[in-house]
Amino acid sequence: MAILRQAAWLLWKDLLLELRRRESLLAMFFFGALLLFIFNFALDVERNKATEMAPGLLWLAVVFCGTLGLMQLFQPERENHCLEALLIAPIDRAAIFVSKACFNLLLMALVEVVVFPLYWVLFGVTAWDRLPLVFLYALLGTVGFSVLGTLFSALTLSARGREILLPLLILPLIVPVVLATIRGMDAILRNAEFAEALPWLNMLIAFDVIFVTAGILVFDWVVES
Amino acid sequence: MVTNEPKRSRGILGMLALVFIVIGLYFGLVKAPPDANQGDVQRIMYLHIPSILTAYLSFFIVFVGSCLYLWKRERRDDILARSAAEIGVVFTALTIVEGSIWGRPTWGVWWTWDARLTLTAILLIIFAGYLMLRSLIEDEERGAVAGAILGIIGFLDIPLIHMSVYWWRTLHQPPSILRPDKAPWENVHPAMLTALALNFLAFVLLYFYLLSLRIRVGESEAKVQRATLDEAA
Repeated sequence: MAILRQAAWLLWKDLLLELRRRESLLAMFFFGALLLFIFNFALDVERNKATEMAPGLLWLAVVFCGTLGLMQLFQPERENHCLEALLIAPIDRAAIFVSKACFNLLLMALVEVVVFPLYWVLFGVTAWDRLPLVFLYALLGTVGFSVLGTLFSALTLSARGREILLPLLILPLIVPVVLATIRGMDAILRNAEFAEALPWLNMLIAFDVIFVTAGILVFDWVVES
Repeated sequence: MVTNEPKRSRGILGMLALVFIVIGLYFGLVKAPPDANQGDVQRIMYLHIPSILTAYLSFFIVFVGSCLYLWKRERRDDILARSAAEIGVVFTALTIVEGSIWGRPTWGVWWTWDARLTLTAILLIIFAGYLMLRSLIEDEERGAVAGAILGIIGFLDIPLIHMSVYWWRTLHQPPSILRPDKAPWENVHPAMLTALALNFLAFVLLYFYLLSLRIRVGESEAKVQRATLDEAA
């Protein structure tokens, strides 16, 4: 698959850049941890309620951090006409899209790997054995978020006030993914039968497939001219 | 050249809309019997349902216009989509306001997180976002392409949101008294149906009248823009 190889190279380029600058990832980590503190002040999360509130709060943190990452996603390409260079390079444009979405997904996944256990520790959640499954749902939700987010991050490149516009466009469109993720995490943390969480998992996978396909199909138009 | 022909047919459309609004209101407020349980309050349905149906029609037109624009790149398709989005947002907002006014006396609350209400609110936000996107991109062609993509994705997202929101509300909460989606079709008085149909017709006529006006504004804007560009060149 030529596209995947091209995407892998582009992803490598972004990772290398991030490794040298460490701008996005550090900011996202810090913001995620900060949010947990703010949740504590704002909601006074009690120990016996922490598990119940985890899906909503965690997903809020994920979405906020993700939005932060999306703002920066195309920043390297905006400098020195890098985007134009990428567009005239003999690569499939879908590869650009896939690499950017994967890059954002990777950043968000790294943040989740740190922030989720931090929540468990800070708020005294005891259900450590549930953490992997919670990760699974969050990750699938993050796929949908990253894909749609990447698309709109590119779409709003030439817009004024992009920082406000971007979350405004993504958050309502992402509602199906958000709902499925949160409900799925909720079922798992309530120690419900897996049969109760399963429909949400199926739904998430379906949404992800739809968004990925749609993203690849329309990305050509997004970056044209 | 602006001929008189479209102006005249637009005028006729406007008059027709006005006539049917009056007839619709007469049928809705006078001819139709009051609801057996809710009394006169229920009469707001004659506006509520037509407005949401018109809003859906409008978003469908956004979708069609967006597809056509991406395909053929004709400015008028973009103007169609943008105009429809604007009016669609107005009708969606109208629906929510009417629903609140209806909800307060019947369910006791202005708003409830019911599936259908939630869906309508999300729809409003998505297409308000569309309008915002359009106003924030200076470059006309880029804005049109971006708008078209959002118009398509936003429209196709509706069934997904619908599905997830319904599931969310049916998986957890048993239907309560606050259910607004009780089918009004069961045991409906024929006069009620007539009133509803007439009002729907009135709304559709009004919608197309507004749409034609808004398209004309869009066309004039495009013309002015072209003229300024020519002058600058």
